[in-house]
Amino acid sequence: MTKMNSKRGFRYSFVPVMVVLCVIVVFWYLAAVFLNLPWQRDIYERAGNTEYSVTELVSGTLSQERPVLPSPHQVAQEVYKTTVEKKITSKRSLIFHSGVTLSSALLGFALGTVLGIVLAVAIVYNRALNKSLMPWVIASQTIPILAVAPMIIVVLNAIGIQGLLPKAFISMYLSFFPVVVGMVKGLNSPEVSHSDLMRTYNASAAQTFWKLRLPTSLPYLFTSMKVAVAIAMVGAIVAELPTGAVAGLGARLLAGSYYGQTIQIWSALVMASLLAALLVVIIGWIGTLVNRRMGMSPHG
Amino acid sequence: MSNTTASTSDQVININNLSLTFQTSDGPVFALSDIDLDITRGDFVSFIGPSGCGKTTLLRVIADLEKATEGNISVNGVTPEQARAQRAYGYVFQAASLYPWRTIAKNVALPLEIMGLSSAERKKRVAHNLELVNLAGFEKKYPWQLSGGMQQRASIARALAVEPDLLLMDEPFGALDEIVRDHLNEQLLALWAKTNKTVVFVTHSIPEAVYLSTRIVVMSPRPGQIHDIIESDLPKDRTLDIRETPEFLALANRVRDGLRAGHSYDEDE
Amino acid sequence: MVDATHAQFESAVQEKMPAGVRTGTQKSLLLAALIFSLLAFVAGLISVLSKSELAINPISSLVLLLAAAATWQRQALSHWLYAGVYLIATTIAVVLVLHHLEIMQSTSFADTAIMASLSKSGYWLTVVAAWLMAWLAVEHLSAVNSLSRITNRVLSFIIPLVFGVWLLLLWEFITSGAGVPQVLLPSPSLIAERFSNSIPILVADFKQTFLKAVLIGYAIGCSAGFVVAILIDRSPFLQRGLLPIGNLVSALPIVGVAPIMVMWFGFDWPSKAAVVIVMTFFPMLVNTISGLAAASSMQHDLMKTYAAGYWQTLFKMRLPQALPFIFNALKINSTLALIGAIVAEFFGTPIVGMGFRISTEVGRMNVDMVWAEIAVAAMAGSLFYALLALIERMCTFWHPSMRT
Repeated sequence: MTKMNSKRGFRYSFVPVMVVLCVIVVFWYLAAVFLNLPWQRDIYERAGNTEYSVTELVSGTLSQERPVLPSPHQVAQEVYKTTVEKKITSKRSLIFHSGVTLSSALLGFALGTVLGIVLAVAIVYNRALNKSLMPWVIASQTIPILAVAPMIIVVLNAIGIQGLLPKAFISMYLSFFPVVVGMVKGLNSPEVSHSDLMRTYNASAAQTFWKLRLPTSLPYLFTSMKVAVAIAMVGAIVAELPTGAVAGLGARLLAGSYYGQTIQIWSALVMASLLAALLVVIIGWIGTLVNRRMGMSPHG
Repeated sequence: MSNTTASTSDQVININNLSLTFQTSDGPVFALSDIDLDITRGDFVSFIGPSGCGKTTLLRVIADLEKATEGNISVNGVTPEQARAQRAYGYVFQAASLYPWRTIAKNVALPLEIMGLSSAERKKRVAHNLELVNLAGFEKKYPWQLSGGMQQRASIARALAVEPDLLLMDEPFGALDEIVRDHLNEQLLALWAKTNKTVVFVTHSIPEAVYLSTRIVVMSPRPGQIHDIIESDLPKDRTLDIRETPEFLALANRVRDGLRAGHSYDEDE
Repeated sequence: MVDATHAQFESAVQEKMPAGVRTGTQKSLLLAALIFSLLAFVAGLISVLSKSELAINPISSLVLLLAAAATWQRQALSHWLYAGVYLIATTIAVVLVLHHLEIMQSTSFADTAIMASLSKSGYWLTVVAAWLMAWLAVEHLSAVNSLSRITNRVLSFIIPLVFGVWLLLLWEFITSGAGVPQVLLPSPSLIAERFSNSIPILVADFKQTFLKAVLIGYAIGCSAGFVVAILIDRSPFLQRGLLPIGNLVSALPIVGVAPIMVMWFGFDWPSKAAVVIVMTFFPMLVNTISGLAAASSMQHDLMKTYAAGYWQTLFKMRLPQALPFIFNALKINSTLALIGAIVAEFFGTPIVGMGFRISTEVGRMNVDMVWAEIAVAAMAGSLFYALLALIERMCTFWHPSMRT
């Protein structure tokens, strides 16, 4: 029944979402004009141009080279220029940089998910681990783990591990925790009567795991994987900051902030957001398929 | 997996002086106290009583889902644990408890997979048992695509697929509406007549207990114990119309009196 | 085959074991602890021959050996007693081993290379034996089946504590014992030393990052999200539009706006607070909207029968219903706010702040200072979260998830 609702929900929220997006774009333009206005006036004054029309002024604010707030079409143009027009191998291609960030994020996400599942199984099947380790895993979620990112990068660099791996390591570290927590919850989620049923069959623990606990945990796994993939992306981007990395979306952000290239910052940000959204949507989509197959959802 | 010990005797379940006390943080809870009960092969025995009288707990002790703290119990001549290991019984829960990610056929096949039967044997038994509960043709459906009554029938098929002599049913029709329940009661009786299994049935409905059973065990709460055991003299092949007969009503009244007496027992609380 | 797997997973079923009966895991742990402490004792005993100062070496392993041997054949003891014996033994052993570590770090602690390596292996074997025994103690503590709530509370506190302390001890033993380069991983004692020596710096950083950027940004961001949710409450159209967008935005790498905020609001804390505001706004918005929609139609009907107005319905029914959702957002945001403020400082700050300190000290390879700063961040983060959880417990005691 929940599925029916969500299907109807998609169509029913499509128009409002579009309207809200349009309003955001309009506000963005207004803000861009407003924020860039002082600088544009400055330019005209210095050029001794006192007779400018309002339209000239407005179009000027929207086409500065380093605006305080670039207008949406400037960002779109920059994204287009750096994705479609540049060769993928070029250092200025946004696809190249996205690829760098994406590969470390995905590698880290995959490793973190596998590790998280393994640890969750260990925790669920060992009472001592459950009581001793689990509180720390939960507590560690409240800690700003991302703060260790620069140190991990530098330390790993110091012992000669460079490139993709250190960044993937941070993504792994970050995506690992939500998976453990979600998976432990999921493996413990079978209904009492469902586990009692297994007991009446005198099923072994391994049989109960494969036939009951694992299938029941899948919806929880996908819910936490959505969180994990988003945070893996953040991890990969932040991991590119401290070493002055030359490639990746984080490096683009950093370089842009050094040289005041606001359009470059915004385009990197838009690209990062698109990628993250895409990943979350893909995982969510797989999750929905699995949930439908399982005939249930963790939210009931 | 020999049934030699069981076949020599006609007693399927033998309970002596059985008690079960749950230790909780609020002190002990006497779920069952001093239960004596024998169940003979081919019997249809109902446990009836108000909530908290331990009827479900008693069934769970028979199924080795709970352990008695005192007394003796044997199922098929062995301990409940050994009986469970031999897959000597089929258990039907109050909710259908079908796994939502398995089709109806796969759900019925679940215990057979766990027992390690060959896929040909599984197929045969699934088809046979679904036929038995009138669910042939629904193999490929998922549980949530079926009505509540159909789901419960599928769960009965799942319990029968183990081919047990003993069927333990814990308020299997409690969550269904009266019309569906009547229908399933009729089907269950037919099934019982056809397969000649021993059935232990937990319910809180007097008409259901009287209609189905050969023996009715009336239980009372705090501590959970047997108040009365009523033998039914109704003929074995019954239709729903029997519920209008004076014999039926007399039996129902006896059960009701028993329940009332058991209840007044702790009215002063 | 099936039976073997069953036995292996027996602990998973978490069946009630009679008190004092050891599980397979416990038996093998005890055996391992016995073997390791015996080996350690032998190695330590020989090393004493070279220098009497090293007498501490066999004593520590002897304590463990005695504890393991004394409980070897006893089956009827309670889990409490086992755990107590093992914990006391490991505590004594750990104190002695820490002493041994000091001797080992002085340059010429043994006459010959053979004696030195013997003493060292005695050290490692003792560490392993003590660790196994501590694990065994945790196993026994976890096996305690108590009915009293207080006992269970205390246990649920002690068990992770023992685990955490042992993690720190192992870290110390391994980094100091094996001489792990300080740049790679400083030992906890070094970090603690650095921590206590740089308290003024840490306090200044904490003030700059947490008290200014995090708290102010958090307060503004959360209240803005809440207020907007209330404002659009009467417009289902806007809700339908904002809910999916808010959900999606919550998953985006919003930290990336940090360089923009630094450009707009300068190097000091306002730019960090701005990042925090952006990061915390959307989770609060989304959660409040879903929380306000949580009341069932039956409850709405009930308010209708009372002819309650919009605001009465909001304050008397819908907001209390939404509290669990709102607290959820507050808790998520507490972590996000710290992350946002620290990462934003990587993009430029005045010369104070936790993120600034982390990035500069990493550059100077002062890893111990970085760890001290991370310790502050961890404490601040978990205390902040704990405080919120406490308030939540007081406000939403009625919610099913809070009732135990």
